[in-house]
Amino acid sequence: MTGRDDLTDDPAVDLADDLLALLLRIGDDHLILGHRLSEWCGHAPMLEEDLALPNMALDLIGTARMCYGYAAEIEGGGRSEDDYAFLRDGTDFRHMLMVERPNGDFAHTMLRQFLFAAWMHPLWDGLTGAPDARLADHAGKAVKEMAYHIRHSGEWVIRLGDGTAESAHRMRAALDDLGPYIGEMFESDETADALSWPAFFLIRLPSGRRLTAPLRAHLPWRSCRHLTSLPEFPVAAGAVTARFLVIFLPRCSSCSGPIRG
Amino acid sequence: MSDDRQNPASSGLMPLWEVFIRPRTGLAHSHVGSVHASDEVMAVQAARDVYTRRGEGVSIWVVPSASITASDPDQRDENFDPAASKIYRHPSFYDIPDDVGHM
Repeated sequence: MTGRDDLTDDPAVDLADDLLALLLRIGDDHLILGHRLSEWCGHAPMLEEDLALPNMALDLIGTARMCYGYAAEIEGGGRSEDDYAFLRDGTDFRHMLMVERPNGDFAHTMLRQFLFAAWMHPLWDGLTGAPDARLADHAGKAVKEMAYHIRHSGEWVIRLGDGTAESAHRMRAALDDLGPYIGEMFESDETADALSWPAFFLIRLPSGRRLTAPLRAHLPWRSCRHLTSLPEFPVAAGAVTARFLVIFLPRCSSCSGPIRG
Repeated sequence: MSDDRQNPASSGLMPLWEVFIRPRTGLAHSHVGSVHASDEVMAVQAARDVYTRRGEGVSIWVVPSASITASDPDQRDENFDPAASKIYRHPSFYDIPDDVGHM
């Protein structure tokens, strides 16, 4: 993203850039995590999970395809979804670090899946009413997929945390290992700032708390006696969640640009 | 599978559950197979992941396999052979109106 000092009165142009950046971020998150999950195919601890994990992986890859396909249309440079998925350098990917972490053991994979799904669910839930019809349409499907991912992985988090001494130890270790990556979900950066400024400044959140609330609402730890000491998410003071907020803005019906406060 | 130290399916922690799927509203649940799971909640999840991936159903039942009482295979002849000669019990001699639907 370039600087926004030259922002004009043509919000549609800026919106296209913002939407492109947003789609690649979401798409990269889903593509990378989908590939990580697919590594379990043929290696899961039981047959039932050997089917469930690729099921979830395919949900994620499907969302990545939607994001890349839409991004290609917005960019208008003749690229396809394959170009984004396979022909970019690694440094061009914009996913958060948690999704690329090695799978570790089953507890680690389940906890990571839970955290990701619990984070994405409120986003898709909000996007079902988005002015962008294409995103809204996909959100209707993705919100159900994320709800199931939360349930599937969350039930495993509870059972492994409450299970044997060995399983509880492993789930605790997974939490310790993944904890430092949770903060990134709620951090801001230049791109996120660009998305929120200036047209979106008015809905910029004072902190990440509003989005951590739905994440916390799903937490299975509340019903798990071994994992009650949930660490505080390292959400920086003043961190914004503008990464996604561009989509929530009401649009002007005549120019499709955001309505400014 | 990758971890051969203890197979969860044979450890006793993951009993067997029989799975019944209703293909669509109005039809009966039918037995489709079985899954291993620690409890009934996980069994429904496992059944969903294993048996409904291609849109096979709209409802799932799971029953502990240990709860099922089966007929004795040694009594098969006396149980089932007598019915073989009574074709008049099949409702195949009637014309069934289309409106009746599934029977």
